[in-house]
Amino acid sequence: MADTHTKLNARYDVTSLRADFPILGEKMRGKRFVYLDNAATSLKPQSVIDAEVSYYTRMGANIHRGAYEFSERATLAFDATREKLAHFINKPADGQIIFTKGSTEGINMVAAGWARRKLTAGDEIVTTQIEHHADLVPWQEVARETGAVLKFLPIDPETGTIRLEDVEKTIGERTRLVAVTAMSNVTGYMPPVREIIRIAHRHNAVVLLDGAQYVSHHPVDVTDLDCDFLVFSGHKMLGPTGTGVLYGKEHLLDQMAPLNYGGDMILKVWNDHSTYKELPDRFEGGTPNIAGIIGLGAAVDYLLNLGMDKIAAHEHELVEYLVERSAGLTDVSVYTAQDPEHRGGIFSFNVEGVHSHDVGAVLDNEGVAVRTGFHCAQPYMRLLGVPGTVRASVYLYTSREDIDTFIDALSKVKEVFR
Amino acid sequence: MNLNEDLYKEIILDHYKSRKNRKRIETANLHLEAANPSCGDDIDLYLDVKDGQIQDVAFEGMGCSICMASADMMCEAFRGKSVEEAQQLIDKFKGMLTRNESPDFPDEAADLEAMQGVAKFPLRIKCALLAWTTANQLVSPKDKPQT
Repeated sequence: MADTHTKLNARYDVTSLRADFPILGEKMRGKRFVYLDNAATSLKPQSVIDAEVSYYTRMGANIHRGAYEFSERATLAFDATREKLAHFINKPADGQIIFTKGSTEGINMVAAGWARRKLTAGDEIVTTQIEHHADLVPWQEVARETGAVLKFLPIDPETGTIRLEDVEKTIGERTRLVAVTAMSNVTGYMPPVREIIRIAHRHNAVVLLDGAQYVSHHPVDVTDLDCDFLVFSGHKMLGPTGTGVLYGKEHLLDQMAPLNYGGDMILKVWNDHSTYKELPDRFEGGTPNIAGIIGLGAAVDYLLNLGMDKIAAHEHELVEYLVERSAGLTDVSVYTAQDPEHRGGIFSFNVEGVHSHDVGAVLDNEGVAVRTGFHCAQPYMRLLGVPGTVRASVYLYTSREDIDTFIDALSKVKEVFR
Repeated sequence: MNLNEDLYKEIILDHYKSRKNRKRIETANLHLEAANPSCGDDIDLYLDVKDGQIQDVAFEGMGCSICMASADMMCEAFRGKSVEEAQQLIDKFKGMLTRNESPDFPDEAADLEAMQGVAKFPLRIKCALLAWTTANQLVSPKDKPQT
């Protein structure tokens, strides 16, 4: 597999594409800026920034409403992003792309609009202890309100992975919904979602994939995967903040109530009732983040132009390099997924005797940006038995030089905390 | 920037390593758990107050050096003080970190000045304040008129 990755990336020129990201030319704490917090949000290329600005400089108008050219221009640019995203995830004909402000909103839409209406006491929601809070807390609320039961796919303590025999044992006849991440934001672990979906469907359960970490880094084909819902965040895939996507199958979206009732989602309104537009408009009440969605279209263009398979291969190499370089460090415990084929571009660790926040401060002083703490995944922290970790996460513009700077900066931790 | 001069001063690291005030007080009549969920600071603060005097004060928990050192310093500064004096210390400490006020602590609590450097790191201020805001909730609950 490593050979395939190397061949694939023979022409991946990280130096030249870094020039597309203006912020990479900035200094942080007076040092070369090394951005390793991509799991939190991604940096934006100039083309995305330009596209977002172009809405304000060339269009300005609201969409779907104005009777004039500039509104037409904005509407076309806005709708084009939906088409690009459909291509990006290979949307089937019976699926829909709905714009959200991020993965959290997408999950909450399904929780409030579908699960809360469809689940009853004794039904089961199956999830995992490695979810981001955004893919756990909404289900806790659904369970509390409907009397449904929350169940967890066991994490094998030896390998930190989900075993298929445990999936078979956990998902059963009462399982109505399976909500699972495609990639952990803490360890980069990528559960066997394809098999989980297959097993869930055998029991007629609906599967929601949390793609917040996965989609921005890997090729995704929802037609092939056959998940029922997929959420992801625009800002983690080079797009503007406040943008995201809920993909869903039409027959399920037809059972789902919108979160926002009001303008632009109605067909006819009488004094006492209303009728609603077709999919996906029904779920996009109110003026959306037009500039952001237009920017997201430019982000999809950028990613597709580069090639998601190449991006995945580049990150795969970087994490191998990170693991290799970190092997020489003393006093460092690594929590990153062990199996390279089920590991995304995330490197989580702790320095013995030093709190993650303090490690983060030392790295910051060297110009290196990382995330520290619980990573919105407290149950996973309890499972790992740590009060937080330091997380370095890579993306398409991360270079080997970034990794070298990061490893060198780590050696300063013990100098400060003698 | 030299972190050992600006943020992680020796006196702060000494308080971080100290275990003297890290314990549960079984006789405590005031106890509160508090956390900074985003960064992973988590403390249990215990105060034993009799007739308006702080007899004993201690904490348990996990957190970064700034949070733990600040809690340790606070315990040292509070012990033997009246609740009123503790409230004045809380106000002065918050003023130093959030209102850019010059430190003005009594001699026996002068160590607290070492925390002034944290004001230069806006994201760390809440670490330094966790123990203090928790203590404030214990000694001046919101339903009591503030003086």
